[in-house]
Amino acid sequence: MALVRESDPERPPAITLGEVQSSPGSVWKLIGRGFFQHRLAVVGLGIIIFMILFCFVGPLFYHTNQVQISILQVNQPPSGKHPLGTDNVGYDVLGRLMLGGQSSLEVGFAAAILASVWGTAWGAVAGYVGGWLDAVMMRVVDSILAIPYLLVVMILATIFTPTVPVLIIVIALVSWLVTARLVRGETLSLRVRDYVLAAKAAGVRDRWIIVRHIVPNVIGTIVVAATFSVADAILLLAALSYLGLGPPPPAANWGGMLSDGLNYIYDGYWWLIYPAGVAIVLTVVAFNFIGDALRDALEVRLQQR
Amino acid sequence: MIPYIARRLVQAVFVVLGVTIIVFIILHLLPGGPARALLGPRATNQQVQEFNVQNGYNEPVWVQYGTYLDHLVHGNLGFSYHYNQTVNSLLAQDLPKSALLVGLSYLVSVVIAVPLGILQAVRRNKPVDYAVTGASFVGYSMPVFWVGILLILIFAVHLHWLPPEGPQGTTIGAILTQPVALVLPVATLSIVTVAQFSRFMRSSAIENLVQDYIRTARSNGLSARAVLFRHLLRNSLLPIITLIGLSLPATLSGAVITESVFNYPGMGLLLWTAATVRDYPVMLGFTVVVGAATVVGSLLADVLYAVADPRVRYA
Repeated sequence: MALVRESDPERPPAITLGEVQSSPGSVWKLIGRGFFQHRLAVVGLGIIIFMILFCFVGPLFYHTNQVQISILQVNQPPSGKHPLGTDNVGYDVLGRLMLGGQSSLEVGFAAAILASVWGTAWGAVAGYVGGWLDAVMMRVVDSILAIPYLLVVMILATIFTPTVPVLIIVIALVSWLVTARLVRGETLSLRVRDYVLAAKAAGVRDRWIIVRHIVPNVIGTIVVAATFSVADAILLLAALSYLGLGPPPPAANWGGMLSDGLNYIYDGYWWLIYPAGVAIVLTVVAFNFIGDALRDALEVRLQQR
Repeated sequence: MIPYIARRLVQAVFVVLGVTIIVFIILHLLPGGPARALLGPRATNQQVQEFNVQNGYNEPVWVQYGTYLDHLVHGNLGFSYHYNQTVNSLLAQDLPKSALLVGLSYLVSVVIAVPLGILQAVRRNKPVDYAVTGASFVGYSMPVFWVGILLILIFAVHLHWLPPEGPQGTTIGAILTQPVALVLPVATLSIVTVAQFSRFMRSSAIENLVQDYIRTARSNGLSARAVLFRHLLRNSLLPIITLIGLSLPATLSGAVITESVFNYPGMGLLLWTAATVRDYPVMLGFTVVVGAATVVGSLLADVLYAVADPRVRYA
């Protein structure tokens, strides 16, 4: 199928991993150069580093009470004591933003890693073995892709109590599909390469061929897909929390904060809406910038986006 | 051509079967099994037992799956105890309204994204291109509900131009009598899609711009406009068919959120209510219908594409 290709036909042919003759160090140097040529990607990386520091290191310096509610300090506008005001149960919004960011980033990274590992294994096995197994495994992927992911996640989130670990698994369950498809596609062309055939002829076991020869050659695709998965997972978590199916309080996350703030949309309590919204958008944009640059740097042809 | 369509058709049948298996598995994941889900939390243990015997849930799993498929094939999607209606009638009532919302937003998206993408391709690496690229990045990085909230804040709360709520009414006719109220929901759903489509259009047009037929058309002395509209547009438009098919599940997910933001009385709102009261027959019935519709949709898209572009058939 002819799908989205973001590559630029006028650009000189790029290096492909695995075909470079020079020393391995120079490949990464070239990739690094390609990545840093994207100014937006550098901005994105900066945003991510800032967000990680803000959410995980910030609370060490900025102490707030995020467990007990305080009715006397509800919906206060920003002041010296509360730089971003307080929310509808009296939590400090700046502190809550840090706490909420922790769970948003944790879910994003963990779900993306889980989905990448599972998707890679699935796609590599399907593509390498081929035949009936491939057909069956890919129809499974198609079937899950046919159902709107939000539906699956909503149903699962109502069956299980949506704690952070549960949400990571639930989101990973709908996020591995694109990786599986991409890895399978590349494996199909890799499995007839000479070095794979040579390994086979030498009697190397299939499992070892997949681990040693197939997966390292699709790592670029995996990394790019994983970067976009982080962005998608954060968006999905926000959507779930907006629908009231996110982690229950006192746990916090950006989507849930935004959803609570909405009740005051007509009261002019802007500090309950904009900070959480801006945090989500900034983080997701940053991951998309990085993914885009990595795709160019590694010359990965993604099927979607 | 025929073998290609036949192959896709067989695949589609298996994918639809796959969707039913997934839903069947979820049905059995439910706390207390299907009986609890269908009878509701207030049913007594005896009722649950009776239900299980009556409906064959004491049979082996594969027999149960057969019964389940049999119900589906006969168009029986189940019964919602929350609404005290069959899932079929609920779907018949609300699905058209969601289809209207999604259809309008696709229309708006294509009308905006196609010229935008071509403009970017023609003015590649110029300020216009960078500006639109940046905007589309932000566009598809925004949660749908955040887009909706921003639009409500700007156009309803501050400017008072448009109502903050979607059109209300039980029929599609009632919805259409309030076109002004449709503007914000459709705009919300379109923004993300425009961002995706224009990005796609851009790369598709860039690839086509360096093709021989464009050069031939130019060297034949065709005006720039004629080249763009008669040759580039037509060839770059083709992949949009596939893209619409592919993006349908994501757009429907967006529709669920949009409808809950704007209180738009469609399938998404029904589904959200169903999720909050754990009304599983509605959720699972909807999942099967949407899954099947998506498979049929992408099958149609592929067939249309094969008809329009002979290269695909032999791929």
